[in-house]
Amino acid sequence: MVKDARPPTVAETATERPGRVRLRLREIEAFYGQIQALRGISLDVHEGEIVTVLGSNGAGKSTTLKTISGLVRARQGEVELEGESITRLAAHEIARRGVVHVPEGRRILRGLTVQENLELGAFTVKDPALRRQRLEDVYARFPILHERRHQDGSLLSGGQQQMLAMGRALMHGPSVMLLDEPSMGLAPKLVTEIMRIVKQLNEAGTTILLVEQNARLALRLADYAYVIENGEIRLHGAAATLREDASIIKAYLGLGEES
Amino acid sequence: MTWYDSLLQQLVDGLVLGAFYALVALGYTMVFGVIKLLNFAHGDLYMTGAFAGFGGLSLVSGVLGAGWLGIFVAMLLAMLAVGCLGVVIERVAYHPMLGAPRLSILITALAVSLVLQNAALSLTGGQYTAFRTDLGFGGLNLGNLFLSYNQIVLVATAGVLMIALELFVSRTAYGRAMRAVAIDKEMCRMLGINVSAVIAVTFFIGSGLAAAAGTMAGAYYGSIWYFMGFLIGLKAFTAAVIGGIGSITGAMLGGLILGLLESFGTHIPFIGSEWKDVFTFSILILVLVLKPTGLLGKSEVERM
Repeated sequence: MVKDARPPTVAETATERPGRVRLRLREIEAFYGQIQALRGISLDVHEGEIVTVLGSNGAGKSTTLKTISGLVRARQGEVELEGESITRLAAHEIARRGVVHVPEGRRILRGLTVQENLELGAFTVKDPALRRQRLEDVYARFPILHERRHQDGSLLSGGQQQMLAMGRALMHGPSVMLLDEPSMGLAPKLVTEIMRIVKQLNEAGTTILLVEQNARLALRLADYAYVIENGEIRLHGAAATLREDASIIKAYLGLGEES
Repeated sequence: MTWYDSLLQQLVDGLVLGAFYALVALGYTMVFGVIKLLNFAHGDLYMTGAFAGFGGLSLVSGVLGAGWLGIFVAMLLAMLAVGCLGVVIERVAYHPMLGAPRLSILITALAVSLVLQNAALSLTGGQYTAFRTDLGFGGLNLGNLFLSYNQIVLVATAGVLMIALELFVSRTAYGRAMRAVAIDKEMCRMLGINVSAVIAVTFFIGSGLAAAAGTMAGAYYGSIWYFMGFLIGLKAFTAAVIGGIGSITGAMLGGLILGLLESFGTHIPFIGSEWKDVFTFSILILVLVLKPTGLLGKSEVERM
């Protein structure tokens, strides 16, 4: 690829984005040791949106999420939640403010039952009535989790583990849900199912920042999209616009992956 | 006495010994669970707990007497003091080392052990300290079996402490968080759990249980000294490994088994009691050969 031949960015002003800005990244730079992983990432997530971050392996998608949730420290730049900086807060304090990270690989706590995993999601919720209410809501949304509530969570199938991971995040009552590769390692039929759930969660009012390798799928779901390459935002715009522009998909997202 | 009565008597003695081992083994296994450290200073916290209990008893014996009530209050004071000491040790010595290679923090633990031992040595001059109590010699005669009240109270207290711990860990939100921290700290942070606080609480509880054992051992055996934590530390570590290190129920079971084996080992026909440790440890080695992860330990499954 030719360096510095920057592609045209879809004009931000061309799309009116509804709602207030809930999460904003300003010029984030992050490093793993000497290696720079993020080179000035700026992005916005508005209230009620699904925003997706696309890009190839190693582009910096997961690192972006980790920088938001405080697992990776930003060396430069600011992360703001509802206009307030959370850049220098400890990871557990960021989570307490309602930024819930559902990491790659689900990270179900092995040896704990499905219900215990869910209850840990509500660790910071002090009101027992609210905890009970949320547990009921999650079970109503995912009946299979109720059925398996006394089983070791790590023994569930991949799709069920993904439901558990999202259910655990819902227990928290998230202000923003950071979803990292929810479709990873799942059979095509399950991928569709998980994406349908993501859409439903969003329609029920959850603001979502979604990282996906499967660009076609993510663009169908999202309201707004950012394309990241080598730790930089190369392109952003309404998902509908990006979806229709075949050249964009060809140049950045590859044509190889069918879904 | 028939062989049957003697067996029962050894069972009782083994239970008492096992209760001490189990209480100390719990601290080992809990700390290993949350930060994967073999805390070799743990036996010395038991010793410190004995001295703290001794100090506590001299404080309260004027009012409460030196019977079980006074000892009980002294034990609670010792648990509190040594629990806090455990937290301070974690903050000062271990916490800064958590990112370092495993071996460095292990050496730190050995250093903490030496610091505690030598502090006690210089304070006591290496002399035995008499742990004076007003405990009687009464007990229950059940046929040919003699159960002293002291043994009953001791085993019951240890039992209550262990049940309380088990309930805390399995039923409360904080206990769940403790188990979760042992599995995946980063995930816990993403869920809003203050991992450092959970580690501190774990040290508090583990050290407090060692102090409880130390105080009771002092009261039961009547004397304490600076080196008393060394051997029990090693044995409790063994008990934790036998039970499956990281497993709380395993530590209780391991402690009990070790106590019983030692008690029976002293009375094997035709072999002198000086062989009891050989007998005990041979069986323990056998257990590990057959089940390398310990009785209740799970093999570490790598996360996909």
